[in-house]
Amino acid sequence: MRLTRRYRFSASHRLHSDELTEAQNDATYGKCNNPYGHGHNYVLEVTVRGTVDPVTGRVHDLPALDEFVTQEIVSRYDHRNLNEQVPELAGLVPTTEVVSAVIHARLEAGWPQQWPVLDRVRIWETRNNIFEVSKEIQ
Amino acid sequence: MKITRRIEFSSSHVCALPGRTEAENHALYGAAANPHGHGHNYALEVTIAGEPDPVTGMIVDLKEVKEILNQEVVTPFDHRHLNYEVPPFDKVVPTTENMALEIWRRLAPHFTGANGTLDLVRLYETEDLYVEYAGEPA
Repeated sequence: MRLTRRYRFSASHRLHSDELTEAQNDATYGKCNNPYGHGHNYVLEVTVRGTVDPVTGRVHDLPALDEFVTQEIVSRYDHRNLNEQVPELAGLVPTTEVVSAVIHARLEAGWPQQWPVLDRVRIWETRNNIFEVSKEIQ
Repeated sequence: MKITRRIEFSSSHVCALPGRTEAENHALYGAAANPHGHGHNYALEVTIAGEPDPVTGMIVDLKEVKEILNQEVVTPFDHRHLNYEVPPFDKVVPTTENMALEIWRRLAPHFTGANGTLDLVRLYETEDLYVEYAGEPA
């Protein structure tokens, strides 16, 4: 059984690589290269996979998952500038590919051993752009 | 090929274990343990797998799927209090996980090959919480 919980955070970012020239950055990232940045309402989906506890009827302790994801991600990303204020993104170009990989890695790193498996992280940058990461798909 | 049909139903429920105090149940299930009950607009996605019939071009007759879903899920679940009116939830805690298991049990016998096989049940309790069950050992 898989259980998926959806969270939301709003953040700003700018896509710009110091490895590229101004023209190359503009060609690569287009409007996302705007030096003043821009923002999104991100939707973060966290999926766990496990068996249903025969007593509680649940795969996972939902309040505990909410607390963990809120503490590790939502409270640290919401209403922040991803380029400047999230330490694990420092020096990286915060494309949503990079943001999802970093979030997946951070959740994996702090994931309590006794919990069911972290199956997948999926992020909507907008309702039209969706990114997903799992152990199998990095 | 897979085809997914989506339906909605609205039900009330209480998530609590008999023999536990209100505080213990609140620790387990959070707000869902409120003894007076609460409700959700559930959305159910049912996925059927199979090959399109060479004559009709269909995996399964969707009218038939609609009838089965109405008979097995919508009619018994919609505008009902699950704990009081929908067995086995008089004895089994109506968590989203247990509801998905029960819906799988009700639907699987209807899709036995000629009209596709039941591939996945995805049950949304809210837009931000859903479970997926594919018939694996629960």
